[in-house]
Amino acid sequence: MKKLFLALLCAPLLAFASGAELHLDKAPDKANDLPALQRGAKIFVNYCLNCHSASYLRYNRLQDIGLTEEQIRGSLLFTADKVGESMTIAMQRADGKAWFGAPPPDLTVIARARSSEFGSGADWLYTYLRGFYRDESRPTGWNNVVFANVGMPHVLWELQGEQVLGADHKLQLAKPGKLKPAEYDAAVADLVAYLNWMGEPMAEFRKNLGVIVLIALAVLFVFAYALKREYWKDIH
Amino acid sequence: MGASNYEKFKTDGSLAGNVLEWVDARFPLTASWKAHLSEYYAPKNFNFWYFFGSLALLVLVLQIVTGIFLTMHYKPDASLNASGVPVAFAAVEYIMRDVPWGWLIRYMHSTGASAFFIVVYLHMYRGLIYGSYRKPRELIWVFGVLIFLALMAEAFMGYLLPWGQMSYWGAQVIVNLFGAIPLIGEPLSIWIRGDFVVGDATLNRFFSFHVIAVPFVLVGLVAAHILALHEVGSNNPDGVEIKKKKDEKGIPLDGIPFHPYYTVKDIVGVVVFLAVFSIILFFMPEGGGYFLEYNNFIPADPLVTPPHIAPVWYFTPYYSLLRAITYPLFGIDAKFWGVVAMGAGVVIFAFLPWLDRSPSKSIRYRGPIFKGFLAVWLVCFFILGYLGVLAPTPGRTLVSQICTFIYFAFFLLMPIYTKLDKCQPEPDRVTFK
Amino acid sequence: MSCDEKVDCGRRRLIVATAAVGGVAGAAAAVPFLASFAPSERAKAAGAPVEADISKLAPGEMMTVEWRGKPVWIIRRTKEMLDGLKKLDAKLADPKSNKPMQPEYAKNEYRSIKPEYLVAVGICTHLGCSPSEKFNPATAVEPDWQGGFLCPCHGSTFDLAGRVYTGKPAPDNLEIPPHKYLSDAKIVIGDDSKGA
Repeated sequence: MKKLFLALLCAPLLAFASGAELHLDKAPDKANDLPALQRGAKIFVNYCLNCHSASYLRYNRLQDIGLTEEQIRGSLLFTADKVGESMTIAMQRADGKAWFGAPPPDLTVIARARSSEFGSGADWLYTYLRGFYRDESRPTGWNNVVFANVGMPHVLWELQGEQVLGADHKLQLAKPGKLKPAEYDAAVADLVAYLNWMGEPMAEFRKNLGVIVLIALAVLFVFAYALKREYWKDIH
Repeated sequence: MGASNYEKFKTDGSLAGNVLEWVDARFPLTASWKAHLSEYYAPKNFNFWYFFGSLALLVLVLQIVTGIFLTMHYKPDASLNASGVPVAFAAVEYIMRDVPWGWLIRYMHSTGASAFFIVVYLHMYRGLIYGSYRKPRELIWVFGVLIFLALMAEAFMGYLLPWGQMSYWGAQVIVNLFGAIPLIGEPLSIWIRGDFVVGDATLNRFFSFHVIAVPFVLVGLVAAHILALHEVGSNNPDGVEIKKKKDEKGIPLDGIPFHPYYTVKDIVGVVVFLAVFSIILFFMPEGGGYFLEYNNFIPADPLVTPPHIAPVWYFTPYYSLLRAITYPLFGIDAKFWGVVAMGAGVVIFAFLPWLDRSPSKSIRYRGPIFKGFLAVWLVCFFILGYLGVLAPTPGRTLVSQICTFIYFAFFLLMPIYTKLDKCQPEPDRVTFK
Repeated sequence: MSCDEKVDCGRRRLIVATAAVGGVAGAAAAVPFLASFAPSERAKAAGAPVEADISKLAPGEMMTVEWRGKPVWIIRRTKEMLDGLKKLDAKLADPKSNKPMQPEYAKNEYRSIKPEYLVAVGICTHLGCSPSEKFNPATAVEPDWQGGFLCPCHGSTFDLAGRVYTGKPAPDNLEIPPHKYLSDAKIVIGDDSKGA
């Protein structure tokens, strides 16, 4: 009996120790860094929002990261004419499919979709956007370390430069870009922070409200428990 | 204990008293209050495990209320909108972003689904360890198993509605299970979907079942479950019938009125439950990918299956039973027997009242064989649940086969080992403090 | 509350306190559900202020723009039309626009910012039909008709400032929406904030 029990306890360890690992770099946490989120929004609008929509996010929601309506209208509002509209794109899905093999996905909740047991969606995006390398066998000339045979070319290559995959399967910067590596990492971190915010814009408010709710429940618990004690003192 | 056994209210001359007397002459208000609350005598020795019945009722109400509000904003429509996103998927994000407080209501509902199963599993386990299914409570238990089945149907169909990748492929796999039935399987699964693949027709009928049909059934079964319970009275951790020892007024010596004693106690349970619920809802609404699966943030795509699909956590033990069967039998392929194993894994609970032959109800007075078997069974249940989340490998399949064997052996061998077991004598009265 | 010997005062106070705290918590929990009935961001975006280009509007003509799903008329009144308004006071229910059917800046004889342009919500104040245009004085909707609007549903009549005639089912003048001029050629309807 006991042996069977032990065998059962150990069996899962053998059964579960397998599966491909995905190594992700930890994305810096900038959830409360409004200037970083604003820089990220600008990169997103300039580089991503041509092919990818963010169709569940309205431009005026960017007020949550500290931008005014005038700032939004002035420097971010390229694909719509009202701040109440959402971040849609003009590109037709059929065109996207013809150009890239698949229509570029909507990115509103991409940070949530890319979460996995290997790390948060932000980690994945942070690694992905820094993991492009030259691969002449691909139609676009680019490949990626976490997204094999990716359909998207390296849109930020001017900033990062060109990486190649060395013999040791490590990335090396072959041709420098406009930004130094550390600057590029910081810019990508801003973009990723923005993508992460966009996935759940109410996340910070949610957590703050949670604290209040728990405090209220703690107060209620004190009263409810006192009432229970009061009644149950009758029962012997 | 019929409501007609109770005296009607006699007015004291006040307005409220007159109204109550008027109502009582036409409707058993006072009588129902007494029969189910103020003069329903419950054993005084309820412990931690006895919170989960009232909590299950709370979660049912929570799901119905939040569901009503979500239905106001959700659209069951699989067609693509102007941005190329399915309308149903976009409707969920619309609720999350555009509807005032919609995110909170949606998270309540999605967290509530998992909470429902946690609470119901604990409630069922309570029945298992204290023998709550034994005579004269067989029908309560059978109603309970039916509630569990209805709840699974409700959760499964609700999970299709966000129309994400996991919704889609989960429904695809489960509906195809019906295809395993010999001869009629294929046409049956097409009939269930209303299409050759899971599509708009499937989404609409699942929506209708999820918001109207199954909730009706659930509420009706819950009412039957509680009525049956109040007919025979509650079991308790000692498994002793409190009705055997009554005072001169006919009140069980170990019984206390449900109201106020258990109402005030259950309120404490509710507050603690709500605190745990809030911690998940406000700080980890995705539940680490178990309550809201990450792949479900990708809109349903009939052309691309995600590399690894797994059902939501509460189905995984049964999903493992399904996958564990890999051998054909009687000339029918393994797929069919997997479906049978999965169905049997749930339905077999309903037979417990007749499988258990032990002289004592409660685990407190049972012998070592039952305790050991139950412990092993519980471990197997958890392993099956965990394996159901993972992609199958030959090693994992073997483990799940061993666990499946033990899972069923626990039930099927019960008539034998519960008779052999050496039980301790039950006490005359319940133990308290 | 009185405490006699039969009632346990400590217990009663505790019940009241717990019920009060629980009641407040319950009421707070109801707020999100009630608030979810308010217009969503989508509805607000659809109801956002609209801009209208009036540079091509000829004298004596009107155009209709949609604001919050309602028709908003912009009428460019001629000199004769404006003169006609002055003759009507005796026949109107509220000639001085005393009822708050317009922003303060449109509470004047012409019910407009610039006399030439009338901006009004084209919904009859009776039961919500949209009145039809009857600009030509010769249509003789009323004796001595100066041009205006006739509601097809129940026959209410309005003059060219949206003022309702007396003895008609409609109780009030047509609503003047908040609006402002961005330039001579552009009007914003739904927004009258000063600022940028």
